[in-house]
Amino acid sequence: MDSQTNKLAFELAFDEGWRYAPAPESTDHIRIDEQYELFIGGEFVVPREGRYFPSINPATEEPLSRIALATAPDIDAAVAAARKAYAKWSKMKASERGKLVYRLARMLQERSREFATIESLDGGKPIRESRDIDIPLAAAHFFYYAGWADKLEYAFPGRTPKSLGVAAQVIPWNFPLLMLAWKIAPALACGNTVVLKPAETTPLTALKFAELVQDAGLPPGVVNIVTGAGETGALLVNHPGVDKIAFTGSTEVGRIIQKSIAGTGKRYTLELGGKAANIIFADAAIDQAVEGIVNGIFFNQGHVCCAGSRLFVQESVADEVVQKLRDRMETLIIGDPLDKNTDIGAINSAEQLERIKSYLKIGEDEGAEMHQSSCPVPDRGYWCRPTIFTGVSQSNRIVQEEIFGPVLAVQTFRTLEEGLTKANNTPYGLSGGVWTDKGAKIFKMTQGVRAGVIWANTFNKFDPTSPFGGYKESGVGREGGLHGLGAYLSLESR
Amino acid sequence: MNLSAVPRTNRIPDLDRVAHVDEVGVNERVARFQSRSIKNESKVQALKMVLSMIDLTTLEGQDTAGKVRQLCQKAMHLHDKLPDLPHVAAVCVYPTMVAVAKKALGNSGIKVASVATAFPSGMAPRQIKLEETRIAVEDGADEIDMVISRGAFLQGQFGFVFDEIAAIKEACGAAHLKVILETGELGTLDRVRRASWLSMHAGADFIKTSTGKIQPAATMPVTLVMLQAIRDFYRETGTMVGMKPAGGISNAKLAVHYLVMLRETLGNAWMTPDWFRFGASSLANDCLMQIEKQATGRYQSADYFSKD
Amino acid sequence: MVSTASRVAVAKTYKIYIDGKFPRTESGRYFPLEDKDGNVIANVCRSSRKDFRNAVVAARNAFAKWSAASAYLRGQILYRIAEMLEGRREQFVAELVTQGISKRRAGAEVDACTDRLIYYAGWADKYQQIFSAVNPVSSSHFNFSVLEPTGVVAIIAPDDSGLLGLVSNVMPAIVGGNTCVVLASESLPLCAVSFAEVLHASDVPGGVVNILTGHRQELTTQFASHMDVNAIVYTAADRDVGRSIQVEAAQNIKRVIARTNVEWESDASQNPYLIQETQETKTTWHPIGG
Repeated sequence: MDSQTNKLAFELAFDEGWRYAPAPESTDHIRIDEQYELFIGGEFVVPREGRYFPSINPATEEPLSRIALATAPDIDAAVAAARKAYAKWSKMKASERGKLVYRLARMLQERSREFATIESLDGGKPIRESRDIDIPLAAAHFFYYAGWADKLEYAFPGRTPKSLGVAAQVIPWNFPLLMLAWKIAPALACGNTVVLKPAETTPLTALKFAELVQDAGLPPGVVNIVTGAGETGALLVNHPGVDKIAFTGSTEVGRIIQKSIAGTGKRYTLELGGKAANIIFADAAIDQAVEGIVNGIFFNQGHVCCAGSRLFVQESVADEVVQKLRDRMETLIIGDPLDKNTDIGAINSAEQLERIKSYLKIGEDEGAEMHQSSCPVPDRGYWCRPTIFTGVSQSNRIVQEEIFGPVLAVQTFRTLEEGLTKANNTPYGLSGGVWTDKGAKIFKMTQGVRAGVIWANTFNKFDPTSPFGGYKESGVGREGGLHGLGAYLSLESR
Repeated sequence: MNLSAVPRTNRIPDLDRVAHVDEVGVNERVARFQSRSIKNESKVQALKMVLSMIDLTTLEGQDTAGKVRQLCQKAMHLHDKLPDLPHVAAVCVYPTMVAVAKKALGNSGIKVASVATAFPSGMAPRQIKLEETRIAVEDGADEIDMVISRGAFLQGQFGFVFDEIAAIKEACGAAHLKVILETGELGTLDRVRRASWLSMHAGADFIKTSTGKIQPAATMPVTLVMLQAIRDFYRETGTMVGMKPAGGISNAKLAVHYLVMLRETLGNAWMTPDWFRFGASSLANDCLMQIEKQATGRYQSADYFSKD
Repeated sequence: MVSTASRVAVAKTYKIYIDGKFPRTESGRYFPLEDKDGNVIANVCRSSRKDFRNAVVAARNAFAKWSAASAYLRGQILYRIAEMLEGRREQFVAELVTQGISKRRAGAEVDACTDRLIYYAGWADKYQQIFSAVNPVSSSHFNFSVLEPTGVVAIIAPDDSGLLGLVSNVMPAIVGGNTCVVLASESLPLCAVSFAEVLHASDVPGGVVNILTGHRQELTTQFASHMDVNAIVYTAADRDVGRSIQVEAAQNIKRVIARTNVEWESDASQNPYLIQETQETKTTWHPIGG
């Protein structure tokens, strides 16, 4: 054997030697139509104004399909169809309603590979994520809520739950099918009907879901899918014929919605932005904490409302953590979302990429030190390498504002109290992470962090049984679990 | 952690400073390694790398000179029908078989590794362990695979364990020392991490998971923890230490996942037989079958590959 | 089984179900089941106490893994049982008809079983949310109570029901992570054995449900007195029988669950409290501090 002392001054080399060959997911088993209409009243119908917009593959910048643009008359029709269907749907025997929702869950499981592939093509997220996380979780949400349909009487002591009516649901582009499941599953289980608008950059899995709704034999009008952009969403949310609004998106738009429905008596839940603190104590399991950082901000390209985008490391282990983080970043593979080995896919749109880039510039202008991984990126498409900023504080804009990309701001802290103060020093309050081997400290931190979801020694974990939602400007209301039922019911006293 | 050069001091390290390990987190990281899809040319490259890293092993009470000679034959002629195959890294035997193996392997370049120190239990007085080591080295062993005293470790007698490794290292002379932790008996990943740290400071050239004589033997979670310890040791002292998972790796697909884990934890410098070994026996044939399948497109039958 | 002019039908041998396998009773004994005209429909295994003993061993061995399975997985498996039963609806209807139930009632009973399976499948990942609690203790501790399955549950299924009574008692026990040994109805035993085949086809691990046929009078004492059984569920119209079960059960403080006057056809008979009855409550304390 050679001399054991490496002459390269203790660096680890991740960019040489054995490489992974391309491992593309096949697309020969999926079907994407050239054009999609609106799904209203159980049928695919042509939009009234006859306008369409393209859905682009962000990894190739190629169009995938033409999507119908819903305007005011279409929204009227969709809401009317939902209202018409509601009369019967809400009176159906609850266990029968549940069985129909179970069908959706099972069919989604059967067609999971097709949905996962289309999700990655449309939105840019790696196929490994769609396949292993998004689609299974979406099916699990339908499975979970199907089971509640005939059990609501046990969820609210002293109250008789009743459905609300027609729910208007607007979802974002970061977890398209999963967000659809979070919205539609509880709504249906509770006896409501829905009109859902997927994000304009990621409509395809919602439209495939409409096919599923037809195949499962749901009564026409129970689920309606209308496609379009911000204007379509506003029309839907402001429509006088809806009883309940569910919105996931930016705090900016959430504010607009809350304002515009003021005085209407409409029920609403808002799941908005975040700038979560991920806090690592010196007594944490450091290697696993580093993986938790990576899970928290780099997977799904950082397009996660609950992303751990503010890292706080206790000062005595800060150098070690940053070193290990940089090592780990070097092993992250950015590239074709359809390659099974891709860790970080495409940024969802040109617009979002510009936004992220502008923040990178702001960071540099503010005097922060930027470090990016050295992974190669493809020529076409929208890409951003995993990035960390050090030398920042709570006063930096990149520490205060939500970037929604794979960009992490790193700060040090010294005491638990300081960690708590800084974690809460934000108008947001969606999530937080705490890493320590000491149980008592975990409970102290979860008691003190003002956020709706706290992950201790883990991050970005989701389950249909586990409620999710924010404090403060991260939104109002909870989705998932028993607590997620209330949003879709009125609770009358017995 | 000190990022400037602190060479290996051969002093017992402060085990309280050793990182804590979260088992669930480790398992999740391992699951990501297992979801890597290694195809085509990178698969063939990996399979050949695996072959070159195998310590072909026979450690049975019923071993004979004949058995060992036949094993050495296989080591030198894995599957002559396939061109451009590497040979295995080493043959691993009991001390009493070292001379036989050495003669049989000639100047093939394949090393002779010998277990020692009252393998597999390690339950013997120190003099016996030292003597056994010296005999194996005299007979021609290039590498010694020792076992740590798990009982002493679990009792908290870390100084005893440390001294023992250092003494065996000395008795090895020019031979390289692999230190077997027997992770299946240590119980927790925290202990695995601590035992790794202790062994490296005491002079281990390689740390090794298991004797292969008990269950569980090598697993990916345990190996990951050890690789992370090796990485931290390297960053702190500048000294490279090798890794050998042993036992329970009988199929090529799993072995390739180990290589993925190695690559993404330690990087390119460790991806050679000098720094990574598989303690295995039937793994070789599964690799050969996979290589043949890649070349011909046909799934293979075990009937066509020699069993020695 | 129906022979035609040209074809001889193949009669089914009804065995028992232990540890995921279909053995005959180790005792080799049987009792004939006759239809209303006195024709022998089947020779039913007359299970012995040794069969019961073996079944308890199997149930105990299966408990660790089944109780550790995620609630989601248990729910998926119960849903699968429903899928399998739905597919074999006609077989079960025919079996009930053979045993003297009217076709209409038999159809309603099988459909009710399938729907009840789905009902309990849906509770798998929810009952914990209803019955658990975080307790606001006055000291600086995080205190939480959760349900855990009690272990091996012995079930004496209602005698007057060919299938629904058995399903209505087995599902709440196993959805909560228990394993069980069931004594089928003595007068209507056939569907219990066929149901074992459905379980077997549904990824239910061996040993989670074990089904015996036989004489109540012989076996009730065994079910009630076994020291490695944690709970006993029974339907006894006879008060003396009920009392003697309770006396035997007391020896190892078995949880005793009596089902009397239950109309299994009614939706009112399915509810999460039947799940809770075979659960224990565990409370944990942990300091909140620095």
